[in-house]
Amino acid sequence: MRTGLIARKLGMTRVFDDRGRHVPVTVLQLEDCQVVAQRTEEKDGYTALQLGVGRAKTKRTTAAMRGHFAKANVAPKRRLAEFRVSPDNLVEVGAELTADHFVAGQHVDVIGTSKGKGFAGAMKRWNFGGLRASHGVSISHRSHGSTGNRQDPGRVFKGKKMAGHLGDERVTVHNLVIIETRPEEGLILVRGAVPGAKGGWVLIRDALKKPLPEDAPRPAAFRKPEEVTGEAAADAPAAEPPAGEAPAEEAANEAKE
Amino acid sequence: MNIIEKLEREQIAKLTADKQIPDFRPGDTIKVMVKVKEGDRERLQPFEGVCIARNGGGINASFTLRKLSFGEGVERVFPLYSPVLASIEVVRHGRVRRAKLYYLRGRTGKAARIPERRIRPSAKQAKAEKSSGK
Repeated sequence: MRTGLIARKLGMTRVFDDRGRHVPVTVLQLEDCQVVAQRTEEKDGYTALQLGVGRAKTKRTTAAMRGHFAKANVAPKRRLAEFRVSPDNLVEVGAELTADHFVAGQHVDVIGTSKGKGFAGAMKRWNFGGLRASHGVSISHRSHGSTGNRQDPGRVFKGKKMAGHLGDERVTVHNLVIIETRPEEGLILVRGAVPGAKGGWVLIRDALKKPLPEDAPRPAAFRKPEEVTGEAAADAPAAEPPAGEAPAEEAANEAKE
Repeated sequence: MNIIEKLEREQIAKLTADKQIPDFRPGDTIKVMVKVKEGDRERLQPFEGVCIARNGGGINASFTLRKLSFGEGVERVFPLYSPVLASIEVVRHGRVRRAKLYYLRGRTGKAARIPERRIRPSAKQAKAEKSSGK
């Protein structure tokens, strides 16, 4: 099992394929997607990679998290996520994953947080039919109907579909196709729609229900840590006391570049 | 948003590299050559009609052509930058006062006429001569 990636949803557009058909695509962007930590069998009881993406202000990062990032020698990240991997697919800490991790034509699963719809009625939330427009229906045209039986059982069953909060939940879309990747710009074009609003974070992983193509890079497509931040990674102090300093320095260096 | 615009501009540049897309408006009569695939052979099929609407912008732009085919009105919507279109040619400029000419749908014959638009004899002269020559 390979690692996935964390990306930002930029929005949708269309491309025309070689046969002239138009393909709706969602554009996803990688923003310094780096390995922040490794989870190993002996230490944590499972194998996974913790990835971080985006750029957080050092000032607004808690001291504990600053220490965590300093240990990995990476700048503070906006969003962290873990991906379970098989032990042979572990990537070293600090490596920056690139968009060519996925190959064109590959199937992926995309996980995002759907747009919040607030408190929604049964018609919108569960596609109920509502009540009739006439024939004596009063005020409750968009209500649900009966919610149960009579004295026996005398209660509404758990899980009954009723009005309530809709959206703003974790949604996985399976088997989307990668149309194109642009590693130099960090862009991934995925066929179809992806959950969430523009600017939201999504997780992309190899599709669970489709075989991985042969030419997909293993363990991952990445730039080594020493190539990522140049000299900043080298001269950043090791870990503990000036923990806040290391990321700050890196951030400053990156800002200069 | 910027990156998406950039991607779209790139696409447009790629799609218009080997063909010219003329300026045209609703009311103009347009002739497009549509690539039709039949088995492994490809041929060009002309479609000539009045542009009754233009929609969208950027790479999402499209236009609607309407013509009468054996007495039956036929409308087709083409994406402006579709690679299926081998060429787009303005046959006649029409003068209209609407952006969407959906009123033509209820009309045939004399009622569906559109007066010709005179275009300023300048940069567009070459185009005008070309269309009047036909």
